[in-house]
Amino acid sequence: MRFAILLLAALALPAQAALKVFSTVPEWAALAREIGGDKVAATSATTALQDPHHVDARPSLIARARNADLLLATGAELEVGWLPVVQRESGNPRIQGGQPGYFEAAACVRLLDVPGRLDRADGDVHAAGNPHIQTDPRNMLQVGEALAVRMAELDPANAAAYRAGYANFAERWRAQIRRWEAQAAPLRGVAVVSQHKAWPYLLDWLGLREVATLEPKPGVEPSVAHLARVREQAAQSRPRMVIRAAYNPARPAEWFAREARVPAVVLPFSVGAPEADNLTALFETTVQRLLGALQ
Amino acid sequence: MKPVSLFALAAAGALGALPALAADAGLQALREEIAQMRKSYEQRIEALEKRLVQAEATSTQARVAADQAANQTTRAGEGKANAFNPEIGLNLQGALTKTTRDPATWTMRGFVPPGEPDEIGPPRRRGFTAQETELTVAANVDPNFRGYLNLALTPGNAVELEEAYFHTLGLGAGLTVKGGRFLSGIGYQNEIHPHAWDFADAPLAYTAFVGNKLTAEGLQLKWLAPTESFLELGLEAGRDNSFPGGARNKGGSGLGAAFAHIGGDVGASSSWRGGLSYIATRPGARSYAGVDASGLATTVSFAGDSRTAVADFVWKWAPDGNAKERSFKLQGEYFHRTEDGRLSCVERDTSGACGGAAGRADSYRSTQSGYYLQGVWQFMPRWRLGYRHDRLDSGTPSFGPTLVATDLPQLASWKPQRNTLMADYATSEFARLRFQLARDSSRGAGLADNQVWLQYVMSLGAHGAHKF
Repeated sequence: MRFAILLLAALALPAQAALKVFSTVPEWAALAREIGGDKVAATSATTALQDPHHVDARPSLIARARNADLLLATGAELEVGWLPVVQRESGNPRIQGGQPGYFEAAACVRLLDVPGRLDRADGDVHAAGNPHIQTDPRNMLQVGEALAVRMAELDPANAAAYRAGYANFAERWRAQIRRWEAQAAPLRGVAVVSQHKAWPYLLDWLGLREVATLEPKPGVEPSVAHLARVREQAAQSRPRMVIRAAYNPARPAEWFAREARVPAVVLPFSVGAPEADNLTALFETTVQRLLGALQ
Repeated sequence: MKPVSLFALAAAGALGALPALAADAGLQALREEIAQMRKSYEQRIEALEKRLVQAEATSTQARVAADQAANQTTRAGEGKANAFNPEIGLNLQGALTKTTRDPATWTMRGFVPPGEPDEIGPPRRRGFTAQETELTVAANVDPNFRGYLNLALTPGNAVELEEAYFHTLGLGAGLTVKGGRFLSGIGYQNEIHPHAWDFADAPLAYTAFVGNKLTAEGLQLKWLAPTESFLELGLEAGRDNSFPGGARNKGGSGLGAAFAHIGGDVGASSSWRGGLSYIATRPGARSYAGVDASGLATTVSFAGDSRTAVADFVWKWAPDGNAKERSFKLQGEYFHRTEDGRLSCVERDTSGACGGAAGRADSYRSTQSGYYLQGVWQFMPRWRLGYRHDRLDSGTPSFGPTLVATDLPQLASWKPQRNTLMADYATSEFARLRFQLARDSSRGAGLADNQVWLQYVMSLGAHGAHKF
């Protein structure tokens, strides 16, 4: 009997110490950790090797959402295929839309590639704009600032720690952005081909020019015939490399790289990909790999 | 040496060193000036950098503020009544079927026919057929409730209310209440709509034990345990207007169901869910139209207890958990049903083996079971192959002495089996084309039916997220 009570207590009261942050993608979990330090316990529903558009509403995600204090989503319909089920099935009122425990990163920044028309004939388009905002480090400052405010609202006892955590992060981050921008100066104006329309924010930041995408429509796998057309069209603009995210299938980019005799560059895209263990490494590796492809 | 000359020498030396001294002082002054200048420039550069950072910050702030203002103005512009329109989605499904035996004669020997046949079970007709067209409408009602409607438009030009329910959004403590007509939470596939199935038709076990799907009309209470791993418990109570219930005209709850599900991940690549469910119902006069051994039409009805236990399991695998390229899904469910009550047989003719129009009644008890196991392998993006095995065991019902086996040839014991192969191609996640081959021996010994399906499934409009 006593054992049963202990067991129940252990089940009912999982560690109350930290603010439980449940992020849909690894980059926001990493940002929450930068700001909150040991005041938060942040986990991510997906890894950098998974396509965040296509995730199953797995039982383990529902169980984690059940106990979360703060659900961090990218928004802009990135998670529309699975997150609503996780929210509903969780039975957790704190993380439903409109509650303080639900935070959308895309609401904090200016979105690029907002479609002029909405039609599924155009492929996997997002009405609000391109959701892959984490590829521009400057967005981390804006998202982080709003996130720190939200964390302070949810956990007022540690509000000062979150404010200080963000201030500290922002100072380091600005210095790093200046360093990356200086290093990446040779990339300005360089023509690239990308596999999926995942990089408008990175291109905007570093001044790269996207001359073609391998996917005929966002989210639609390229056929060989389409790849050949892209290669012919792209030949005139002389791309220096083809870039893809770690989670994208390797074949299309490798095929193009072979045919067009340019390097195929695998960018981490999110925290947790090889050589991108944290936010700093994510951009460090991104900049180094892009520079490496110029040589 | 004379002292004078010594002095003179010293004086000359000192005089000689004077210009050097003077030059040193000038250099020092210059250095100081440069150092000061540098210092002041550094300060000015620092100040400029600070201003730059501030300007950057204010410009992003201004940008965000401008965007927000722009958003608000567009929102204000859109502030028409239709901005609150619910999400509307449509699923189109149709098929071309070819069968070696007439679909109208399809029956599952050994099992009570599960009510009126519908479009999601075994093939109903040969040739082109529009299957169910599902129209869904959903929206949040207010901060506490969400509403959902699913209408099935059948090829017979009928509108069927598949689902119409509300559920709570924020009860807390992991509780959710659902009310209305809804697909029961028992088993695994029951809650999944046909457009998301991996095969063109329902598993035979679903056809035999719940009439392709168990619909509850009442209330569901679901609780998710606050544990690290997934544990969900559910209770349902409601009207038993669908198979295996039926025709019970009494107050209170005719259908009771309970289910428990557990699940989790194994590494990054695998995830699973398993569960146990129980369905209890007391049909008052659940009847089917049969024939007796002499070919005369009969109406057979059952009143009593019907209890079904279901065990379900599903396992999904994808390399690194990324199902975009390759994935595998293994799914199986086992049903076990015991029915205990009275069976009556009424001849539609005035005379006949089954007691004529007056009919006969007898005690009846049956124990039946069945399972299906299916695997679906996505071997490259958009292409999948699947295999499903169905097997059921009707057992031997015990009745008599008033009713005899020749009165109820439908219930003669049999072990239906079916093997199904499937290949499908999805042009996107919203459109799927499927080819399916099946060999079905439900009808009885020597009556195997070969079935060929060509099916399309298309989803348009707002498309709700899918369950696991």
